[in-house]
Amino acid sequence: MPDLALSVLDLSKNYGEQKAVSHASFEVPFGTVCGFVGPNGSGKTTTMRMLLGLISPTGGNAHVLGEPISHPERYLDRVGAMIEGPAFYPALSGAENLRVLATLGGLPLDRVQGLLDRVGLGERANSKYKTYSLGMKQRLGIAAALLPTPQLLLLDEPTNGLDPAGIQEVRELLRSLADDGTTVFVSSHLLSEIETISDSLVMLRKGDVIFAGKTQELLLQQQPTIIAKSADPKDLPRLLEIAHHAGHEGSIVDGVARILGPTEWTVTLNKLAFDSGIILSQLSPVLPSLEATFFEMTGDPQ
Amino acid sequence: MINVFFAEWRKLRRPGLFVGTMVAVVGVSALVTSLLFLMIDSTQNNPHQEQMANRATLELPIGVSVGFAASAGLLGLVALCIFASQTAQEFTYGTLRNLLVRQPRRLTLLLGKFFAMNLFALISVVLSAIVSISLAFALSGKAKVSTAAWSTSEARTALLHTFINVFISVIASGTIGMILGLLLRSPISSISIGVGWLLVVENIVAATVDRSGKWLPGQLINSVAAGGDFNASYSHALLVLSAYLATGMIVVSVLFRRRDVAI
Repeated sequence: MPDLALSVLDLSKNYGEQKAVSHASFEVPFGTVCGFVGPNGSGKTTTMRMLLGLISPTGGNAHVLGEPISHPERYLDRVGAMIEGPAFYPALSGAENLRVLATLGGLPLDRVQGLLDRVGLGERANSKYKTYSLGMKQRLGIAAALLPTPQLLLLDEPTNGLDPAGIQEVRELLRSLADDGTTVFVSSHLLSEIETISDSLVMLRKGDVIFAGKTQELLLQQQPTIIAKSADPKDLPRLLEIAHHAGHEGSIVDGVARILGPTEWTVTLNKLAFDSGIILSQLSPVLPSLEATFFEMTGDPQ
Repeated sequence: MINVFFAEWRKLRRPGLFVGTMVAVVGVSALVTSLLFLMIDSTQNNPHQEQMANRATLELPIGVSVGFAASAGLLGLVALCIFASQTAQEFTYGTLRNLLVRQPRRLTLLLGKFFAMNLFALISVVLSAIVSISLAFALSGKAKVSTAAWSTSEARTALLHTFINVFISVIASGTIGMILGLLLRSPISSISIGVGWLLVVENIVAATVDRSGKWLPGQLINSVAAGGDFNASYSHALLVLSAYLATGMIVVSVLFRRRDVAI
């Protein structure tokens, strides 16, 4: 058994002059949750489609579960996927839609009801798909991806249309699957969710991989912020001046000083403020969130 | 292949599609056979009686299956619509990507679908035969048509030949629908172009260009269903039609196998 669930090397896809994915390289070890993030149109879905053999790469190569993507029939029986939202037959029930896919893949039909129960659709199993809400369709898509008891799960925006409780359920589901040894490769615009559940991260921008590695490594690469609040708000400009003299820039936002600096400098700032007669009511280092890091790295205006 | 066949059959057997189609088949077969027998003496409503089955023809051993054979064109249109919509909807619903994840061998997927739809067509042809033949016996008395020759071994052989020819013609129409579905990837476009071509364009061309019917697929399908007719001999129709369909299927299979699935 190979060490890597996904191994992507120099993978590219061009549509005429337009580069959808450009020389992407990254690896995803077995049994981990890997977040796949990037702005709209950055190439996430195209990459996932290439990994599933749905579209052919223009260049490069990739291996899924140790098999080359030029032979998807060698690995897709161990892969579950939901790409670009759920897609099912409107006139069939949720259960019958899953039975179609189970029959097609030679999978046991008795898994269907259990999976529908697991994603919270057990009571609506026999309702027609066209009567489902967006969240229910999404849940059916996740159930379909779980049909083959996958070693690798590729999910494209699985939390789209889900309410907060549904998002939490999906988060717990993905984490439990990873704990059971399933490798999860998941794209989402909910970066806080990705930050919470993922062990590693692949970040795309305009078809280029701009980061691939452990999520914590990415966050530690970013400069943390020290949040400081003085007992007397008039002291905040003086606090910024002290930080500036020490080589750290900052700003006052909503009555709070936000100073860029390493976590360990918090103690020094506290001492310098005390020596200057400034009494601080709050002082805490904050690591940048994945969301802030994402916007900084991708240049996404949001 | 067998998994694809049964997966496709699950979709085809859904009550709305299966019952709806079979009701249409019963209606079409009953209408055609009834008109054939009930209008037999009406020259006012049957101006082309010389070309149609008359009482003498109906009393021959082949007479029992004339109504059934006459239903072939409409059965073919039903098959074209079913094959085209079942194929093209995979693109419009986006379900093709799910199917290809579970069955990445694209030609296997295509063949499995094709055979399942053939079974659907076979059931519709059997049903049509039962309805047409039952009605032929039921209406023969009213139409004053002797059925003495309908129970002979010659009649059974003729019925078997008619059944095979009608089935081939229905599958041929369905195959055209599938080819259009794969090319156009839209049920509405595939059906409207297919039906428009077979019902309108071909009839205009056949009526205006001498001997063109020998080479038009829809006309050839009619010739096969009739076991050969004034338009083309059976062997010519079968050969040319097979060549057309084989070429079409090879082209769309190559396209389907190579084309990116970006829906």
